[in-house]
Amino acid sequence: NYPLYIRSTPMESELKFHYMVHTSLDVVDEKISTMGKALVDQRELYLGLLYPTEDYKVYGYVTNSKVKFVMVVDSSNTALRDNEIRSMFRKLHNSYTDVMCNPFYNPGDRIQSRAFDNMVTSMMIQVC
Amino acid sequence: AGDQNLFTSIYPTLSQQLPREPMEWRRSYGRAPKMIHLESNFVQFKEELLPKEGNKALLTFPFLHIYWTECCDTEVYKATVKDDLTKWQNVLKAHSSVDWLIVVVENDAKKKNKTNILPRTSIVDKIRNDFCNKQSDRCVVLSDPLKDSSRTQESWNAFLTKLRTLLLMSFTKNLGKFEDDMRTLREKRTEPGWSFCEYFMVQEELAFVFEMLQQFEDALVQYDELDALFSQYVVNFGAGDGANWLTFFCQPVKSWNGLVLRKPIDMEKRELIQRQEATLLDLRSYLFSRQCTLLLFLQRPWEVAQRALELLHSCVQELKLLEVSVPPGALDCWVFLSCLEVLQRIEGCCDRAQIDSNIAHTVGLWSYATEKLKALGYLCGLVSEKGPNSEDLNRTVDLLAGLGAERPETANTAQSPYKKLREALSSVEAFEKHYLDLSHATIEMYTSIGRTRSAKLVGKDVAEFYMRKRSAQKAEAHLQGALKTYLAEGWALPVTHTRKQLAECQKHLGQIENYLQTSSLLASDGHLTQEERAHFCQEILSFAKQQVDSPGHRILLPMHSFAQLRDLHFDPSNAVVHAGGALSVEITLYSQMPVPVHMDQIAVNVHFNIEKNSYRKTAEWLTKHKMSNGIINFPAETSLFPVSQNSSPALELSEMFERSPSDNSLNTTGIICRNVHMLLRKQEGGSSLETPSGVALEDGAHVLRCSSVTLQPGANRVAFRTQAKEPGTYTLRQLCASVGPVWFVLPHIYPIVQYDVYSQEPQLHVEPLADSLLAGIPQKVKFTVTTGHYTVKNGDSLQLSNVEAMLILCQTENRATIFSNSREESSVASLRIQASDKVTSIGLPAAPAYHVIEFELEVLSLPSASAAVGERGTQGTPEIHRKQKDRQRTGHCMVTTDHKVSIDCPWSIYSTVIALTFSVPFRTTHSLLSSGTRKYVQVCVQNLSELDFQLSDSSLMDVGNATDLQLAPLNAQCQQHIHSKQSVFFVWEIRWTREPPPALHCQFSVGFSPASEERLSISLKPYTYEFQVENFFTLYTVKAEISPAVGAEYCRTGSLCSLEVSITRLADLLEVDKDEALTESDEYFSTKLMYEVVDNSSNWAVCGKSCGVVSMPVAAQATHRVHMEVMPLFAGYLPLPDVRLFKYLPHHSAHSSQLDADSWIENDSLSVDKHPDDQLDCSSVRSRGSVASVASSEHKGLPMPRLQALPAGQVFNSSMGMQVLVIPSQDDHVLEVSVT
Repeated sequence: NYPLYIRSTPMESELKFHYMVHTSLDVVDEKISTMGKALVDQRELYLGLLYPTEDYKVYGYVTNSKVKFVMVVDSSNTALRDNEIRSMFRKLHNSYTDVMCNPFYNPGDRIQSRAFDNMVTSMMIQVC
Repeated sequence: AGDQNLFTSIYPTLSQQLPREPMEWRRSYGRAPKMIHLESNFVQFKEELLPKEGNKALLTFPFLHIYWTECCDTEVYKATVKDDLTKWQNVLKAHSSVDWLIVVVENDAKKKNKTNILPRTSIVDKIRNDFCNKQSDRCVVLSDPLKDSSRTQESWNAFLTKLRTLLLMSFTKNLGKFEDDMRTLREKRTEPGWSFCEYFMVQEELAFVFEMLQQFEDALVQYDELDALFSQYVVNFGAGDGANWLTFFCQPVKSWNGLVLRKPIDMEKRELIQRQEATLLDLRSYLFSRQCTLLLFLQRPWEVAQRALELLHSCVQELKLLEVSVPPGALDCWVFLSCLEVLQRIEGCCDRAQIDSNIAHTVGLWSYATEKLKALGYLCGLVSEKGPNSEDLNRTVDLLAGLGAERPETANTAQSPYKKLREALSSVEAFEKHYLDLSHATIEMYTSIGRTRSAKLVGKDVAEFYMRKRSAQKAEAHLQGALKTYLAEGWALPVTHTRKQLAECQKHLGQIENYLQTSSLLASDGHLTQEERAHFCQEILSFAKQQVDSPGHRILLPMHSFAQLRDLHFDPSNAVVHAGGALSVEITLYSQMPVPVHMDQIAVNVHFNIEKNSYRKTAEWLTKHKMSNGIINFPAETSLFPVSQNSSPALELSEMFERSPSDNSLNTTGIICRNVHMLLRKQEGGSSLETPSGVALEDGAHVLRCSSVTLQPGANRVAFRTQAKEPGTYTLRQLCASVGPVWFVLPHIYPIVQYDVYSQEPQLHVEPLADSLLAGIPQKVKFTVTTGHYTVKNGDSLQLSNVEAMLILCQTENRATIFSNSREESSVASLRIQASDKVTSIGLPAAPAYHVIEFELEVLSLPSASAAVGERGTQGTPEIHRKQKDRQRTGHCMVTTDHKVSIDCPWSIYSTVIALTFSVPFRTTHSLLSSGTRKYVQVCVQNLSELDFQLSDSSLMDVGNATDLQLAPLNAQCQQHIHSKQSVFFVWEIRWTREPPPALHCQFSVGFSPASEERLSISLKPYTYEFQVENFFTLYTVKAEISPAVGAEYCRTGSLCSLEVSITRLADLLEVDKDEALTESDEYFSTKLMYEVVDNSSNWAVCGKSCGVVSMPVAAQATHRVHMEVMPLFAGYLPLPDVRLFKYLPHHSAHSSQLDADSWIENDSLSVDKHPDDQLDCSSVRSRGSVASVASSEHKGLPMPRLQALPAGQVFNSSMGMQVLVIPSQDDHVLEVSVT
């Protein structure tokens, strides 16, 4: 539950995002535990909307190895539907898998991969 | 229509009976059929009531028109009823209504009155004929409705079923039509004049109908559709695609009185919508209240909560999107009120247990309400210390005005949201109370459902509130809790932020130690700006300055936030010093402070322990094994995350295979984690995250100090110097840096850093330079003097007592090298060596303590003793080669000699005795070779050492008294090179003039010198070897000859050949013949010999007897011939089979009779008395006849003749090496004969 990688735009409200993401882990945990009971093998990785706040929507995604991705999106951005979010997560997951494939990456370390960084940046630019 | 009186009489029963039974309602569009209960309202038919074209009211729509009549005679029917019916039908047709029913009520009572009545069915038939020409089911007979008979019941049932079916049919049709209308209306929404409100009313009508039919699900769907449609419009509006009708929703919000959920239908708002005057909030409120009502009908209160939260969020969003002007705080009020309203509504319809188990759904509302109240509090100045100012008050009044008046339905409840908000906004104290109540409720709920992180976040808000109220005490607990969570999960930014708040809080509380600790953490925090970090650093420093006057008081802080120990460097690098030596330790401290900090002192506490009597602590071991480079690197732990990933141990995984024992196939395989216990414990024990404040300062007696150091930001090098005192191991334990009374302590230095101090006794070692010392040539021996604590003065010398056989060669210049204990060469000095008869004294150069003096001396071991170790005696020619091979196989052990030297050392009264072992580099063997009667001696010199030698001046001398014996050397060279592991042979011929002596005693000597060295300082003694040759004179020659079978030209395989063996005696009776085998009869001596034909390579099959005993006359040229049959087994040139001669010694025993030799031979069991070295021969005999060995063991103890092999020199096999040509047999097939 420690952050591997955090990035946010705009930078000024970074702290708020951090708090938000951290709090959302609660919901992630809750969802995982309820889902784990239901179906273990064929689990949907996408958790959907974790919880909405007034200004942001928080989406979650959990890999099978319990690596969590949380995405906070401005809720006024209505162009982002569930499907888009889902594909974004999938992209994120793929990129993360690439990072993990790096033999020099020590699982559990902070991610410093440039490729991953670029991918996230491009995704952010695309959204915003 | 029709007979009103009749209807009224039936109506009660009808309305009661109709909804009693459910009907299946099949719906269009494949929607699932449902069982519904019909309930209908009956109204008297009036023409005005019929719907006009275009009317959209579904709720009051007449579904079925029924004509009631009770007419029973034809006349009346014709007169009135028919006309009436026709008129009715026409009206209906005019309104294009096809749903009608004619009910004929029969009454038996009436029938009885009139006798000439037509059959009752006729009227029905008539009506049917007249009106229902196609739809005969549109006319129903209801008989005796008011009586209670079975027939009545039956007809009622039939009627009701019919009625229901028709009603439903009509309803379905109309509903379908309505829905279609509605859809067309919706499709028109892009047209400019379209109004959402109108459409809203239409669709709501549908929803009402569904609700009426108890189809809440469907009703809800209608509202959801409306909701979605509206949301879509708002979104489109946001995207710039605005619809006209939306603009009036954009009017400024003037009232924010929250949701009203108590009434099923909020008519007030509905009217507003109908009048198209509703604001966005009104519309939303109304929609939601309807949805809420329906959801509650559906027993889904949790969805209400969930939807409420979504609604509130989206409303806020929509208002923003539509750019509706909202006075500040109004939305907060609205949201707050709505939250509470929803919550109370849910509470109102659920019991306690249900609520408790579903907190997860409502907690969001709670926290939202809390958040909003907080926002309101800040807005209205209720949070600050001083209370609200006039501007805040004005704002509050405005907000309260917007709330409007309290609603009548909640006016008398004490806890209405309205009242709560009013109260909370009215005064600071009330606000605090309400806010804290809400917050605590929220935290409690979050904690109870396990959302600790959310709870912590709310807690942090509360803490902030407390800080505003200047009650830091209460804030601290919340902050600490939150901080712990963030730390545990490694969230850097929240950690920093929370710490900052905590620092402020601690400052207020005056918790100096905690404050300083937090400050130091903050000062090293990379997430803060440079100014902030400098500020916190300055806080520490200024505190340190002002507390100078009170000595003795120390504040201990953990070091890791202040600075990190990066590496540590020892000098000398192996961290081993002798007692009294100087040691310097240089550490690299990485300062995390943003500004240079001047430290009063930096000290390292050292723990001292003595490990006596352990070899690992002796000087040799330490100097040899601790050859590290002296730099110890410390893992750079990130100070922020003491319990993040890097502190957890790595997984130790190992593969596991389990194979089935029977066929070695893989049963299971898996991966085992070997340190599960550590990993799991780590997870649980995450509680002690923050370094415990109680950093104990160890007061060791041994402290390395360094005063007045200024630590720059970044890496700093600090050097400590110390003088080693007592021997033992010193472990570096703690590192502490102090500024005034503030001490930064690193409680443990890990990995363990130690240095060792030793003291050492002086010692002398003597060891050869090479692997082994070789005797006979000068060899170098290394002397090592370890001075230890003894200082070697000029004039100290080693006294070596000489040994006779070992010379110490004094060369002109001997150099000694002096090393320090850590193998650094310090100086070279010359040695003075004085040799006298008994003693050689070596003057040592002066050397300080803890140094090593090394020098080399040459010694020479005289090979005098080497000859004493003689080789074994003579053997026969074939045996000797095998024997050598044997020896070579069994080992290269050189013959060694030991010399003991005793040395007197200046530091000790005892003399040291040192044993030096020299090995002889050569091994020599000899052999006797014969050719007929001529005899040769062969000497083989084998070099066993690694060195090459030069051999010279070989000579063989007879040391016996045989003067008539001549040894003629056949060796051409006088100088010969002998390489390592090689042999050189020397051959001499023995010539004699007289009858030779039975034994010959010889001495072989050869001079040798190492081939590599050209010139030697001294002359070396030659290598000598003494040996004895016996019975070298040839007595018999054996000659074997194979001739092919008679008539054949060549020997053929498989055919018998004759073997002729002739044994010839060469000499007359000699000394050596005088033994047991010799029999004397009439001055005619004869000796019994046994011959044996053996073919070791199984080329020949010996047919018949292979051995026999012959009596040989002892006289020159006496010959004995033996014929034998042999058969060649292979073709080609075959060597002849061996013929061996033995002496046949009869058993000398008084009582035993002489056994016939032939019977023994028949038995083929011979006890062969052989030389012990003849093992190979023996085995060859055994292999020939396995029976023999068994038989011989059986015959143990029985008297039997013995066989004695003749010495090799006495028999000469003249046909040795001869070969016979054997050609393959004609018939070409291979014959295999195995001879056993």
